[in-house]
Amino acid sequence: MVRAILVWATIVTVVGLPIYAASTSRLLAWRDPIYIGAGFAGVAAMALMLLQPLLAGGYLPGLRAYRGRRVHRWTGGMLVLMVVLHVAGLFITSPPDVIDALLFASPTPFSSWGVAAMSALFATALLVALRRRFHRRLRLWRVGHTTLAVVIVVGSAVHAMLVEGTMETISKGVLCASVLIATAKVVIDLRVWAKRKASR
Amino acid sequence: MSSVLLSRRTLLVAGGLVVAAGRSGLPAPVRAGGLAPTRTMRGGSNNYLPGAPIVDRIGGGGFWMYGTVRRAGDGAPLAGQRIQIWAHTTEGHEREPHSHGATLTDANGDFRLEMPQIVPAFGQPHGHLAYDSGEFETVFLRPVMRSAEDTSLEAHFVLQPI
Repeated sequence: MVRAILVWATIVTVVGLPIYAASTSRLLAWRDPIYIGAGFAGVAAMALMLLQPLLAGGYLPGLRAYRGRRVHRWTGGMLVLMVVLHVAGLFITSPPDVIDALLFASPTPFSSWGVAAMSALFATALLVALRRRFHRRLRLWRVGHTTLAVVIVVGSAVHAMLVEGTMETISKGVLCASVLIATAKVVIDLRVWAKRKASR
Repeated sequence: MSSVLLSRRTLLVAGGLVVAAGRSGLPAPVRAGGLAPTRTMRGGSNNYLPGAPIVDRIGGGGFWMYGTVRRAGDGAPLAGQRIQIWAHTTEGHEREPHSHGATLTDANGDFRLEMPQIVPAFGQPHGHLAYDSGEFETVFLRPVMRSAEDTSLEAHFVLQPI
């Protein structure tokens, strides 16, 4: 019980602090509501990204195994929604900058990392939608999903760290590092690349 | 086998780079050691609004954009050239007309225009400048500030006569 409270308190802190810090950014004063919303959708996506590996690994008290997987799927849907809102809001704010980013022709390197992560996220959504077709090749499905997840996580973390935006640097760094560590842990624990006879 | 493939690829890439380097280096000696024209920067023309009016300053001011305009080849300073400037500032977005203004270079080819403080937008504190008056080839610049706290930013044009 104490452990459960500690785990959840840590997660709420790691996720809550960067969101709170971003909400106090002085940059907000010079942005209109759509641009602000687009930024926070990005922050929310980064926060949801921390929950994903923790849910997949069944590390969260009260959300172990099957329940964790179900929430994982739902959280993944929210993640896609947040990224769509992020890009749509930025597009409304400055269409040419977003078009440059989507074409990998942007002067800012962080946008390419973001677009790569977004592409991997959409590919994951497609993979999830087609999961039934993989019923005899679940190991392939898991390797595909995990590979894409690593691209999403690394791309998003680099993207976020290179952006000079509303997020405060230290809380942003802690959140990004947490996402990377949690992902590495679940990939190792679930032995995704290990050969085994049959899926569970 | 795989190492053979790898080395072949490496060879091709390296060869390609040498060819590319040779190509890009070629025009320089042809220009007889002259000053090369400034190239348009990636994203430089984003949110450009043609025909920004010549103004004493953009908005309330407090921030300085400055630079020089010279001719390609001999590097002669170009007087009376119209430079258009816009940015995301404390007073508005890049797209908004009141964020745009223009100024003319003086006899030394120098320009400076006061404008509101530039603030980070789309991940970087940056400004936009354009030369788009027809006498020389059009150039769009997108300089980035070293720090969001800076209160000035410079950009330099070397223009190619048409």
